[in-house]
Amino acid sequence: MEDHSTNNNNSRRDFLQKVGLIASGTVMGGAAMFAGFKFETSKKKESRIKALTAEHQLIEVEAEGHSHPVEDMLTELQLQGREGIPDKRWVMVIDLAKCRNARQCMKACQGAHELRPEQHHINVLQMQDSENTAPYFMPKPCQHCDNPPCVSVCPVDATFKRPDGIVLIDNERCIGCRFCVAACPYSARIFHWNEPLKEQEYKENKSKYSQMIAEGKQEEAKELEKKVAYDVELNVPQRRGTISKCLFSADRLRVGQMPYCVSACPNGVYYFGDENEDAVTNGTTKQTVRLSGLLRDNAGYRLMEELGTKPRVYYLPPKNRLFPFPEETLITNEHHS
Amino acid sequence: MENHFTLEQQKESLHKITSDLIKPIGINRSFHLWMGFLTLALLGCLYAYYLQLRDGLGVAGIRDYVSWGMYIANFVFFVASSLIGMLITAVLGLSGAKWISPIARISEIIAIGFAAIAGLVIVSDMGRPERLINVFIYGRIQSPILWDVTVVTTYVLISLILLYLPLIPDLAMLSRNQTLPKWLRKAYELLSINWKGTASQYEILHKAIKIMAILIIPVALAIHTVTSWLFASTARVGWDSTIFGPYFVTGAFVAGTGFLIIAMYFFRKNYKLHDYITELHFDKIGKILVLVSLVYLYFNINEFLVPGYKMKSHEAVHLRELMAGNHAWLFWGVQIFGLILPIVLLLFKKMRKPLPMFIISIFIVIGSWFKRYLIVVPTQEHPFLPIQNVPDNFIYYQPTLIEGLITMASFILVLMIVTILSKVFPIIPIWETAHEKGIHEPEKLS
Repeated sequence: MEDHSTNNNNSRRDFLQKVGLIASGTVMGGAAMFAGFKFETSKKKESRIKALTAEHQLIEVEAEGHSHPVEDMLTELQLQGREGIPDKRWVMVIDLAKCRNARQCMKACQGAHELRPEQHHINVLQMQDSENTAPYFMPKPCQHCDNPPCVSVCPVDATFKRPDGIVLIDNERCIGCRFCVAACPYSARIFHWNEPLKEQEYKENKSKYSQMIAEGKQEEAKELEKKVAYDVELNVPQRRGTISKCLFSADRLRVGQMPYCVSACPNGVYYFGDENEDAVTNGTTKQTVRLSGLLRDNAGYRLMEELGTKPRVYYLPPKNRLFPFPEETLITNEHHS
Repeated sequence: MENHFTLEQQKESLHKITSDLIKPIGINRSFHLWMGFLTLALLGCLYAYYLQLRDGLGVAGIRDYVSWGMYIANFVFFVASSLIGMLITAVLGLSGAKWISPIARISEIIAIGFAAIAGLVIVSDMGRPERLINVFIYGRIQSPILWDVTVVTTYVLISLILLYLPLIPDLAMLSRNQTLPKWLRKAYELLSINWKGTASQYEILHKAIKIMAILIIPVALAIHTVTSWLFASTARVGWDSTIFGPYFVTGAFVAGTGFLIIAMYFFRKNYKLHDYITELHFDKIGKILVLVSLVYLYFNINEFLVPGYKMKSHEAVHLRELMAGNHAWLFWGVQIFGLILPIVLLLFKKMRKPLPMFIISIFIVIGSWFKRYLIVVPTQEHPFLPIQNVPDNFIYYQPTLIEGLITMASFILVLMIVTILSKVFPIIPIWETAHEKGIHEPEKLS
């Protein structure tokens, strides 16, 4: 008898437990379905937006493809900037024997990237390797390392390495921690400590642009769009609190032109080209030569090979220089190790 | 033996302990004055931060070459100082040193204050603080910054748990204390999560504390090792060192112990805790300070003497700048007044008394701060390639007033955290003190 009653109790408890489980399951399932339904309907509502036609009629259209044009442009440019140019491996060769410190490269670069005069993407340095060796001028752009320390340390993937070899920066994502500045052994990076040079102009253009959009002047707005949209391959407009550096003029490469510095040089210092084709073109003479031959014949080298950064910039040694070094301009107080 | 006290004696003793340790709790006039002063000073410093937000990081002295300055040095210093919690509770606690119980909570509070504010210090160095969220959205695991964010957060959490667990019996006791305001007692009751003080509860508590104390050791080592890797992971001369991890960790123990001694001196004097934080405690912690300083000195010798022997060209420039160049005064000042002299002085028993140790600790702490400055700044003044075609303020780093004020703000915030925590909780664990006096179940007596 005892046994029987406990059994009974047990089965009743079991039954109640099962009912409870099923009931709570049903309630939860129902709630989830209801929430899902609500979500779907709200999504449908949101995906249609109201717009004013040219005839001043209010209509409802699908939101897709009608969001803010600048933002579309940004994503497109940013995406394109991250993908790079297919099948290319950009490479630069700097012939130190020809550099006479004309600084046209620095000027062209600062102009294109809207930099202040004290900040450089490319900087022509006066070098002297040891006491008894000759001084020489060395243009120093970003080395676009194949093993870039700056990219390794970036916490947010704001600076990245493209398949075509270029290291770029997305200043819409950069948080301004400057770890990349600390990590770069070539001091290639700069930071916008204050308002960028053309910030005011950019702001004015932007407000003009929104006004045009509001007034429906699509044509004029399209013209201005280029000036307000952030081009990751030019890194313009520059942003306060973010990093900038040499980009190998990725925007010019996309339209089949040489980088700003390369075409600006009056002395034939720069060669630029594609490693895959094994061909580089001199920016001044427009003469195209074999990359491998150029490097072999002139004993080309890369900066600080021992660090393992694998730069994409090669140097040809400053032998048989085409000009005498102006001794009086030599900087005596050198701030480096 | 101790159990042979009569019940009356135990009651009396417990009453004295409780009233002594509870006395500082609550808000009085000096608290108002102190917090008012801190708040005013903080507002001034926050105005400096507002200027930085408005005008950009250019208001600080950092530029393209020396791009990490006082903020980063201060961040390293804060992470360093927070390591004291682990040294006292975990290293000494687990090794069975019973005498640490009155200073364990102080060290935990210091740890929480510094570790929590370290996160803010790093934000003050960001060019785009409003994009902090990007670290969580786009975070890349390759970057040591991600590791740092992870371990510092974990350390703050474990330190909070290590502060809270030993508080539970005290909170229960405080919730029954009629002298305290009602709302405070209610809060204590809530926080004490139904603590009854049974033997089995004590057993669970001891176990939990032990587990957390073990857990905090690798995390604490990690926070400062990873912080050192922010530098050591680069190829820069002066940072490119394999001993940076232990070098930073041992330096951290020196800085943290300095702060602990200053806090011990202050609380003992102002909270009238002479019977609890005794000269014995100062003597012992003084010996520990000598030990950690000696270890740190050893690492310093390695860090400077080994490259100094070889004088590789890049290293030579860096070492000359430090030892005989622009930073020589600071370098030797830090090494002598912040490390060597304290070691020598603290070897004498006479010096291991509260007041001399308080003064020595001030030197230690100031030395430790400038030591971080010397680790961060000079290296960047000598990159591999020459610094040319830039204005003079790009070449030499000159901190600005705004930078100093923002750095000051971080210290004010730590002081506020320590002040508040030491005003709402007994700064010395009541139940542990009672246990040591032979009162094993204080809950039954009151």
